[in-house]
Amino acid sequence: MAAISREEVAHLARLSRIEMTDAELDHLASEMGLILDSVSKVQAVADQDIPPTSHAIAMQNVMRADVVVPSLTTEETLSGAPAREEDRFKVPQILGEE
Amino acid sequence: MSAELASGNVTAVELANAHFDRIAAVDGDVHAFLHIDREGALAQAASVDASRKAGEKVNPLAGVPLALKDVLTQKGVPTTCGSKMLEGWRPPYDSTVVTNLKKAGVVILGKTNMDEFAMGSSTENSAYGVTRNPWDLSRIPGGSGGGSSAALAGFEAPLAIGTDTGGSIRQPAAVTGTVGVKPTYGSVSRYGLVAFSSSLDQAGPCARTVLDTAMLHEVIAGYDPKDSTSINAPVGKMVEAAKKLDVKGMKIGVVKELAGDGYQAGVTTRFNEALEALLSAGAEIVEVSAPSFEYALAAYYLIAPSEASSNLARFDSMRYGIRIGDDGSRSAEEVMNMTREVGFGKEVKRRIILGTYALSSGYYDAYYGSAQKVRTLIKRDYEAAFAKVDVLVSPTCPTTAFKIGEKSDDPVAMYLNDVCTIPVNLAGIGGMSLPCGLAPEDGLPVGFQIMSPAMKDELMYQVGGTLEAALQSSWGKPLYASAPTLAVK
Repeated sequence: MAAISREEVAHLARLSRIEMTDAELDHLASEMGLILDSVSKVQAVADQDIPPTSHAIAMQNVMRADVVVPSLTTEETLSGAPAREEDRFKVPQILGEE
Repeated sequence: MSAELASGNVTAVELANAHFDRIAAVDGDVHAFLHIDREGALAQAASVDASRKAGEKVNPLAGVPLALKDVLTQKGVPTTCGSKMLEGWRPPYDSTVVTNLKKAGVVILGKTNMDEFAMGSSTENSAYGVTRNPWDLSRIPGGSGGGSSAALAGFEAPLAIGTDTGGSIRQPAAVTGTVGVKPTYGSVSRYGLVAFSSSLDQAGPCARTVLDTAMLHEVIAGYDPKDSTSINAPVGKMVEAAKKLDVKGMKIGVVKELAGDGYQAGVTTRFNEALEALLSAGAEIVEVSAPSFEYALAAYYLIAPSEASSNLARFDSMRYGIRIGDDGSRSAEEVMNMTREVGFGKEVKRRIILGTYALSSGYYDAYYGSAQKVRTLIKRDYEAAFAKVDVLVSPTCPTTAFKIGEKSDDPVAMYLNDVCTIPVNLAGIGGMSLPCGLAPEDGLPVGFQIMSPAMKDELMYQVGGTLEAALQSSWGKPLYASAPTLAVK
C-alpha cells in the first residue's frame, strides 16, 4: 500500500494553511494511502511519450482590449469583508514578531 | 407552463406562488433549498407579467420558475456553495448564467443544496444538512447537485441549474428520474461559477423533460468575453433537435468499458431495453472500445483535487467569507489556518491535501503529470470512437440511489459512482442523462447517458428526445408520473 506518513500529511496541511487536529492527521494519513493506491494506476502511462492535456478544448492567448470598463464599486468590493476600516480590508498582522 | 403563461391562463406571479406553496409543503422533508428568494422571484415574475400584458415579445421561458444550485453567484442573494466558509455571504455580482436567466425573464425561486464546493456524489457533504431523494426519503438525491435534482423530482421547480465537474448534474438526474445535461466545456460561461476544478467545471440545464432541458440550454449558453475559456461560436439548435424525434440512420456506440460489468442488474436491464428502443427507432447500435477509460477515474481524482487545491486557496478569511480566531494576538497566517480548519468540511480538506500532494515537487510527474497524459489518451479514444459513430451511450451510473450514510465512510466506494460520467468531463465533450425506467429490484430510477462530440450537443437532444418519446409511449405515461406523492404537511 502506498504509504504516506503522518508527518507528510502535517507538512501538506501547513502548505495548505489548514490547522488540522492530531486525530484528523492520523485519519487522513490512512485515507491518503488508500486513495493513492487507487489513483497511482495512472503511472502505467507515465513513461509513454504522450503530450499532456491541461484543457480539453484547446485555446491560445485569449485576450481582451486594454480598455477600462466599469467594475465593482468600493462598497460592493468591501461588502463581504470580515473586517474593514474606512475603504480598506482590515486584516490581522501579516508580519510576526522578529 | 410556457404555453399557459403565453396564453394568459396563468400569471408568472401565480406560478411562483404555487411553487412557493409546494416548497413550503414538502421541503421540510426533502431539504432541496438552502435559501428562498421570495421577494426577488415575485418581483421578476411581476415584471414578466407586465411585459406580457404590454404585448412585448418575451422568451418562451419567461415567468417559468427555476431552482439555482448554490455554487453560482446571484447578486445580493446568499450563496454558500454548501460550505460554512461562505455562510452569510451575499455576492456583489451576478454570474453570467444568472444574467442570462434574468434577461430571459426566468424566475429564480432560490438556491439549492449541494455537496460542499461541488465535491461529492451524494449531497451528504453539505455543511447544511442532507437533501433527500423524493423517490425514497431515506436515499440520496445524488451529488454534488442533489438539491437541484430533488427540487425537480419533488415538483418544487420545473427547471433547475446544476454544475458538472465529474458527473454532478448527470448522476443526480439519473437517481431522481430527471434530465440533466453537461454542455460542451466552454459553451456555458463560468463567470460567477465558484471554481472547483477550472478545466472540468461546467454549468448546465436540468428539468423533467428533454425539451424543457433544451429550452433552458439555449437560454444559458453562449459566448462570454468575461470567461477566457468561453467558446466564441453560436449556440446550437437544441430545441429543434429535441423535437426531431428521429434517429433513423444514426450510429450509436456502446462503450465496452462502460457496458455494465458489475453494475446493479436492474440498471443493466433498463439500459439494454433503452438500446432496443433506439434500435426499433431505426438507429444502428455499434460496440466501441475506449481502453483508456480504465484510468479515467484515477486521472480525475488527481486532476480535480489538484485544481481544487489551487482554487480554494482564495478562501483565506481576508476579503470575504468567515474569519475565525482574529482576537488581535494572532497573525494573518494563524487566522487563515484556523478559519480554513473550521470553514472546510472533511471531503474538501481531503481533496485539498490530495491535490497539494499531487502537485508537490517530487510527485508532480508521477501523479498530476501522468494524469494529464491519461487525459490525452481519453480524448484520443473519444475522437476515434466519434469517427465511427454519431453518439456514445452508457448507463449514467452503476447503481440506483443508495441509502443516506451507506457510502459516506468509504471515499473510494463513493468515487466509483462517477465511473461512467467522468470521461466526459476529462474530454470536454457533451453528456446527458435521461430516465430509462425504474430498476425492477428496488423501483428506483435508472439513468441513460448519451455522449456527443464537442460542440455537437444537439445530437444528445436528438437522441434523448427520441428515446424519451419511445419509452414514454411504451410506459403509457412519463416516468415522473410514477413518483411517490410526497405527504403534504
